[in-house]
Amino acid sequence: MLLIPCPYCGKRNECEFIYGGPVGAKRPDPNAVNDAEWVEYLTVTPNPQGPVQEKWWHARGCGEWLVIWRDTRTHDIMEAPDDAT
Amino acid sequence: MQKYSVLSLARNAFSGHRNWSPAWRSPPLKNRYDVVVIGAGGHGLATAYYLAKEFGITDVAVLERGWLGGGNIARNTVTIRSNYMRDESIPFYVKSVAMFEGLTHELNFNMMHSKRTMVDVVQTWPKLRELRRRQLVMDIYGSTYEQITSEELRRRIPALTGGGPDARLPVICGMVHTDAGVNRHDAVAWGYARAADARGVEIHQQTAVQSLLRSRHGTIEGVETNRGTIRANKVVVAVSGHTTTLTETAGLKLPLRTMNLTAFVSEPVQPLVDVIVNCPDSGFYFSQSDKGEMVIGGAPDMGQSFRRDIKQHVFEDTVTAMLSLFPSFKKLKLMRQWGGHLDISHDASPIMDQTDIAGLFVTAGWWGGYKAIPAGGLTLAHLVAKGEPHPLMASFTMDRFRHLDFVMEAGTTTAR
Ligand SMILES: Cc1cc2nc3c(=O)[nH]c(=O)nc-3n(C[C@H](O)[C@H](O)[C@H](O)COP(=O)(O)OP(=O)(O)OC[C@H]3O[C@@H](n4cnc5c(N)ncnc54)[C@H](O)[C@@H]3O)c2cc1C
Ligand SMILES: [Zn+2]
Repeated sequence: MLLIPCPYCGKRNECEFIYGGPVGAKRPDPNAVNDAEWVEYLTVTPNPQGPVQEKWWHARGCGEWLVIWRDTRTHDIMEAPDDAT
Repeated sequence: MQKYSVLSLARNAFSGHRNWSPAWRSPPLKNRYDVVVIGAGGHGLATAYYLAKEFGITDVAVLERGWLGGGNIARNTVTIRSNYMRDESIPFYVKSVAMFEGLTHELNFNMMHSKRTMVDVVQTWPKLRELRRRQLVMDIYGSTYEQITSEELRRRIPALTGGGPDARLPVICGMVHTDAGVNRHDAVAWGYARAADARGVEIHQQTAVQSLLRSRHGTIEGVETNRGTIRANKVVVAVSGHTTTLTETAGLKLPLRTMNLTAFVSEPVQPLVDVIVNCPDSGFYFSQSDKGEMVIGGAPDMGQSFRRDIKQHVFEDTVTAMLSLFPSFKKLKLMRQWGGHLDISHDASPIMDQTDIAGLFVTAGWWGGYKAIPAGGLTLAHLVAKGEPHPLMASFTMDRFRHLDFVMEAGTTTAR
């Protein structure tokens, strides 16, 4: 079980949240990138054994959307990606 | 290969079962092969078998970091079905289901195949609409789907006593897929391994591939393992949830994410349910094993994961949903739970292709890919041997991403 830090409610049980998907790359200007880069932006998400950045929605709580870094090996939630052990 | 039969069983019984020959050899590891297959799961072993059998390519090594058949093939709930949605998918799965039905004979290994039908318990109108849509496409390709009333549904599954008119989600009707079945997952892994070995394929366990090696020209050259460098001009990545971990060692990014899917079983009980029951609106499915255990699955963990434990609230959600429809299951003791790393692609369809790195092949995105093992192995072997996609899998290459022509597949997951 994750204890997800909500800026308003503090650390709350994961079952109060809905997963909102990974935080993707910033949308590039489609005219400024080539086809391969555009396809990569649309389809590829980082899939590391390590920290990923993701969105969660405190749906069964205050309703806030938030972003966390979480280690896919341990489920540890960290402040920044290089905090991973 | 020593043939398994009533006669060989009798003969070996008389000699106290001391003279069975090993099902596969453990040969010394060479430093070069024509083809290296990474991963001795269902897809890797089936690919190796069909490479040897259909295409006469026998200088093949299957490298497995753990033990043969210890990955997801040992962790899945063995539902074999073809009730998918897309014109691209259904013929592929129809073929795979048919190949599974003939596999005992093909491999001379008892798969204990039980074609027992899958029944979907429908509790919402949007789900019924989606399944009806699937039915229309399945009709075209000779897969079976048929709607039954809730009375008929309860007659077929007497233990389904919840979901009445006062329930939050009353049962609306059922959808019946008679082609579906279950079989014995160990037999699939061992059967393919034994038959591939008999045709000259080498299987090397405890051999972990650490990185992929590329030549000066960028093509694949071999793999680095904990037992040294192994060269091959063709390398097949068949490692399920670990695909991107490996391809990134060669600088290749793929539209795949790894997630943890879990399952659990109850204590064995008397025969109670003789079909596979799938409850997509409630979010769980189960079947009863030959031993009598209820084999139960729910939704995957939210978010990417390389952990294999079950999360308490995923477990609770699944059990709560199950008890709402099957209240008598409250008496069941649960015995074991586990998870597995699966990768799912951007459009939820599999990826089978030769990659941008010449000679490097991947078979990935196998969410619910147990049912796909025979057809996946056969068609990938075709691609590796001939350099051309097999017609049944031509839609599952990377081209669909290049052209933003996704094969979105709603039939990939059962539970939700
Ligand atoms: C809980 C659960 C329930 C499921 N239920 C169903 C179902 O009902 N029906 C269905 O069709 N599918 C189901 N699946 C999915 C199915 O199990 C997988 O799609 C399928 O097994 C994946 O293919 P595989 O057998 O080749 O994978 P695996 O058996 O995982 O094989 C991959 C192998 O690669 C090895 N490997 C990984 N990295 C390396 C490396 N670096 N070097 C060497 N070897 C390596 C692994 O050790 C593993 O043995 C389920 C999965 C889970 C987890
Ligand atoms: Zn909150």
